[in-house]
Amino acid sequence: MAGIVSYGAYVPYYRLPRSVINEAWGRGGGRGEKAVGGFDEDSITMSVAAGMDCLQGTDPKTVDALFLATTSAPYKERQNSTIVATVLDLRRDARNADFGNCLRVGSSALFSALDAVKAGSLKSVLVTAADMRLGGAAGEDELAFGDGSAALLVGNNGVAVEIEGSYTLSDDLVDYWRSHEDEFVRHWEDRFGRDAGYMRIPVEAAKGVMAKLNIAQKDIAKLCLYGANTRAHQGLARRMGFDPAQVQDPMLDIVGDTGAAQPLMTLVAALEEAKAGDRILLVSYGNGSDAIVFKVTPEIEKIRDRRGIKRHLQIKRTLDNFGRYLRWRNLISLTPSNRPPGAPASPAAQWREHSSALALYGARCKKCGTPQLFMSASSTRAHVCLECLAKDEFEPYRFADKKGKVATFSHDYLTGGIDPPVTATVVDFEGGGRGEFDMVDREPGECKVGMEVEMTFRKMRYTYGTHTYFWKCKPVRD
Amino acid sequence: MPGSIKDRVAIAGMGCTRFGERWDASTNDLLVDAAYQAFEDAGIEPGDVQAAWVGTQDSGNTGMTLSVPLRLPYIPITRVENACATASDAFRNACYAVAAGIYDIVLAIGVDKFKDSGISGLSDGKTPGPGHSMMSGGMPPRSFARLATTYFDRYGLSYEEGKHMICRVSWKSHVNGARNRNAHFQREVPLETMINAPMIAWPLGLFDCCGVSDGSAAAIITTPEIARNLRKGKEPPVFVKALQIAMAPGDGNFNPKFDYTHVETTVRAASAAYKEAAITNPREQISMAEVHDCFSITEAVTMEDLGFSPRGKVRDDIESGFFDLDGKLPVQTDGGLKCFGHPVGASGIRMLYEMYLQLQGRADKLLNPSMPSRQVKNPKLGLTHNLGGAPAGCAIFVGIVGLEGA
Repeated sequence: MAGIVSYGAYVPYYRLPRSVINEAWGRGGGRGEKAVGGFDEDSITMSVAAGMDCLQGTDPKTVDALFLATTSAPYKERQNSTIVATVLDLRRDARNADFGNCLRVGSSALFSALDAVKAGSLKSVLVTAADMRLGGAAGEDELAFGDGSAALLVGNNGVAVEIEGSYTLSDDLVDYWRSHEDEFVRHWEDRFGRDAGYMRIPVEAAKGVMAKLNIAQKDIAKLCLYGANTRAHQGLARRMGFDPAQVQDPMLDIVGDTGAAQPLMTLVAALEEAKAGDRILLVSYGNGSDAIVFKVTPEIEKIRDRRGIKRHLQIKRTLDNFGRYLRWRNLISLTPSNRPPGAPASPAAQWREHSSALALYGARCKKCGTPQLFMSASSTRAHVCLECLAKDEFEPYRFADKKGKVATFSHDYLTGGIDPPVTATVVDFEGGGRGEFDMVDREPGECKVGMEVEMTFRKMRYTYGTHTYFWKCKPVRD
Repeated sequence: MPGSIKDRVAIAGMGCTRFGERWDASTNDLLVDAAYQAFEDAGIEPGDVQAAWVGTQDSGNTGMTLSVPLRLPYIPITRVENACATASDAFRNACYAVAAGIYDIVLAIGVDKFKDSGISGLSDGKTPGPGHSMMSGGMPPRSFARLATTYFDRYGLSYEEGKHMICRVSWKSHVNGARNRNAHFQREVPLETMINAPMIAWPLGLFDCCGVSDGSAAAIITTPEIARNLRKGKEPPVFVKALQIAMAPGDGNFNPKFDYTHVETTVRAASAAYKEAAITNPREQISMAEVHDCFSITEAVTMEDLGFSPRGKVRDDIESGFFDLDGKLPVQTDGGLKCFGHPVGASGIRMLYEMYLQLQGRADKLLNPSMPSRQVKNPKLGLTHNLGGAPAGCAIFVGIVGLEGA
């Protein structure tokens, strides 16, 4: 029986109040806030974050494929899902795929995962959905769009959420789009999209699946319905025949419209509250609509320790400076740094050493047991043990999932970058080993020797057309 | 059993350009200036030089860096690079060649010409591997600042106490630099200004960081006998007592045993140098020192690593003026890297130049008009120290020079 065996999610640390955006453009008011990824986050890093949350307690080597869903993939050519799979330490024979170009793509990836597991060709598939869409300055989308991600592990062992049935409609109705030349999402006349598209197509899809399963609205515990704005979302739920109490909050006022990630993020939020036996109807929307009916099993109780949506919502800090947001999104021309731009990682060196350069493997000495990282200018691969000097007696040892304590740090104002200062930190890991990492999602004043940190995968820089990723650390906040 | 360099070679002449943002001078101009000062001081002709070592981090490749501007015809020249220990290592190799009896008169010279690059700080010219590219463009200030963070934490200093201590280090160097007309910075600065200056890499502010400069310094090394002859009727030659260099395994950022309050590589190099020069109590026996004060905190912990101050107690010596010009053990008498400046490939020989002038009683030769003397009284032994790289992984040089018989 194929179904969801684990879930995870990620909401970035910073929340931008809509009043701050409005104030910048000389407008008043503004309802709620939106989650905004940091200057070093994108759909790849957020997919990693949700994936790590979802894979807690799962050996990544048992996962057969990674399906990555997003409309905001950092690369148009270079497989984004394989970057994420490498970081998450999946096998080299994992059958990864990128799903893109449509807000409904999260549920499309989920369908493909379920089909593959049902057919028996794959046993375990990680589906990630992340989005960081960009709205043009001073427009509605700038207010509406938020950033976030979710991940679901699909398998047939310990299924916590069964799939009872689904119904799909595809419809090339053009409301939102972005061509290869566009930086910002475009949309056509609002009322056409609303009246001919959003208020009609999902109704048909939901009806379709309920008819197929011969169930009614009263049989559904929670409706997870995509929504780009609150009024339309509530109107559509009513039109579908659901009570407000049955409708899962799409978090538009606290996270924003997370695009392709929203349906799965809303589903994760619903699963966090669900009891065994609950039926959940997920309805996505975008060039058509997918409607899926899930049924929760008692296994759900075994995967309650995720950060998921609920705990991530509590880990937050208000970004009250709109200029800082403009810098993060490269929406403003900055005074150039008086330093040469950092070169991207050498593709040859990174390929040769990607277990250490991307999955954050160090080594443990088989002779003396000392875990250790090694990062010289030209290599991340050690040969001689720093403790007992044994040569090439190492076994792989992963640091990405280890917490640590700050050994020392400095706030570097000279290096420049998008969001100075850089908090250059030396981390001593629990269980041994030390490494040097930038610290993010921190306030300079809170940093202390001895504070507890965890690892987070981030973008180091974008230079010469290449995103250079590596790990940073951040304070443990729960 | 390794041998000792003590009193086997001597310095017969030295030269040093003005350091600073030398918009007026090229690498070649600087080399020619320093070398000809040294030739004149030693009373030799360029043609007397049998071999040379030229140290530069970033301003030239091969020995032709030197042979081309000086038109030295067909002699052996080695280009040396060892980060901030570059010039000292050029000097060390030159000394060994004379001590080995291969040459009689050799030239060691260091140069760097950074300011034509138009960037702040040092250059970043490494091959991008995965490791190099993973860091956020790390520059030296952050890695030395972390010494301060941890030193303050370990010894219970509040930010205010620690910041006062490190700024007092730089304050002293500005007092000395103001007495030196070849220094990059020649102005005394109030301590309060330093404490409140903009942050570069917290907790290090603007005045905790040395200048990046252009400059060159040169030494003529020869046998004791030739040196005595060349300097007949002039100030005495200066003898080499110890030359030690040590490389860290570079594991400070990967090994939790590295405590980030001291630099073990300095301790090792110093202990070897003291053994070579038969020094048992450096705090009492060393007359003066030029150490690697790339940042104020570096000088502070170096005072402990060299055995000048007890571990964890350097604050007492800094605040009491022990290392001031009129203190018991004057340090950075020419202003140090902080004020004399830091063209990486020249700094080691620049430090030796200051020890040379002080030992010969000629320090006031470069005195700024209207300033009081900066001559140390009756110095016998001077120590120089370079730290190339970062505290967590560095190339360390410790050298001792002194008068004959000291």
